[in-house]
Amino acid sequence: MSSFERQRAFLDYTLASLVRRKAKNGALVLAYALVVFLIASVMFFSRALRTEGQAVLAGAPELVVQRMLAGRFDTIPASYAVSIGKIRGVSQVEPRLWGYYFNRAVGATFTVLGLPDFAHADNEIVAGPAAAKAWTNLQEGRYLFRTFKGDSAGFTPVQVLPEETRLVSADLIIMSETAFRQVFGLPEGQYTDLAVNVRNPQEMQTVTEKIQREHPDTRPIQREEILRTYESVFEWRGGMVIVVFTGAALAFFIFAWDKATGLSAEERHEIGILKALGWDTSDVLVMKFWEGLAISLTSFLLGTIAAYAHVFLADAGLFAQALKGWSVLYVDFPLSPVVSLTELLALFFLSVVPYTFITVIPAWRAAITDPDTVMRAS
Amino acid sequence: MRPSDAFLAVTGGLGFILAGLLAGYPLAEAGRRDARLALESQLVAELGLTDLCLSTEARYTRHLSQADLFSAFQDHPRSLEHFPSGALLPPPGILTSRGGPGGGEDRP
Repeated sequence: MSSFERQRAFLDYTLASLVRRKAKNGALVLAYALVVFLIASVMFFSRALRTEGQAVLAGAPELVVQRMLAGRFDTIPASYAVSIGKIRGVSQVEPRLWGYYFNRAVGATFTVLGLPDFAHADNEIVAGPAAAKAWTNLQEGRYLFRTFKGDSAGFTPVQVLPEETRLVSADLIIMSETAFRQVFGLPEGQYTDLAVNVRNPQEMQTVTEKIQREHPDTRPIQREEILRTYESVFEWRGGMVIVVFTGAALAFFIFAWDKATGLSAEERHEIGILKALGWDTSDVLVMKFWEGLAISLTSFLLGTIAAYAHVFLADAGLFAQALKGWSVLYVDFPLSPVVSLTELLALFFLSVVPYTFITVIPAWRAAITDPDTVMRAS
Repeated sequence: MRPSDAFLAVTGGLGFILAGLLAGYPLAEAGRRDARLALESQLVAELGLTDLCLSTEARYTRHLSQADLFSAFQDHPRSLEHFPSGALLPPPGILTSRGGPGGGEDRP
């Protein structure tokens, strides 16, 4: 008999033996697949979010300069933009106007952007997709804002940003600079922060240091720091969800360990009979190896496929709220199907290999004992 | 059919489905994904956006990278951070660095 046929014969025997205890083994495969499903879902989801964040924010301002006052974020005067613009290596300084508007009627906070070159009139606005749906205090189709003076100002929505961009634009309200100053009362010549472009990216650190030397009350934020912030947020969030699932995973591992390391009386009896029939210890071990592999590989495949479908085809409905964030303005966005093969291989080796090997140890202990003793003991 | 044939067919089929999902689905989605990313990137560049719109309830959850240094206890002195999403955000690097406060990065 060829080596291949021999292994197939072992596999046939193992599968027939597993089918004889189908309820027990079926429950094991289901619980095993569920644990793989949970871990793989978190892994796929946080990887997809991280990739999405890195791709989308690659075009964020190279350097944002904020002014700090008493340790808090304060408005920055236009004179800072002029002096920063004179620093060698700086190609452009753009003063920006943005802030938050809490809409009492909706109970949600919106991000408001004031643009100096806004393409529409001062009494018109452009709204993000979630903001357009949520803004309910309308008067004759106009969005009502309560200005800093306490009176109300109405703005006509002329455009809603595309639904596909909601990962970055969901809560945005864009208006002209004049309208922004009218609503928030920000004096002329004052801005929220400055977006700075640097000619040569290698000079970024030098420019940042020069800005801080010239204006010690500022806090420059480089694009790399923005990207790093999101990298760490998604790692942290993924870790938090894994921690929540740890209890379930631990319970399963105890169950699997118990199942794999402690042979039942029936299994001991079976090994005794096989040995009495002339099976070698190595044959019993091969049979047990196939048993562990069949259970763990099937569970891994089922769990991973279900996780992929859950995250990318069903929008990760089970835990998306925890991972995406929570808010009155619920932000929902699609994810790109990006999977790290290294992480997938790590999951494979962590789920398939240990189970396969721990099933062999007790079988080895039973197989090296005299068949008569094994059968009598069982 | 021998049990091993059935097993190989099932696991082979599942492996094939997984490989198809891992390799084929991103390819099938590529057009839509690229169009969406192009739109998002264009908006980010045009408006100079710095953050993803994940949680909108507070400025330190909406603009994570632009938040005050001492977030999340920033609403008023001694105020406790109370938003659910705050529980899912990591503490500033300065608090978790090996050297303790003063020994690490000062970004949120």
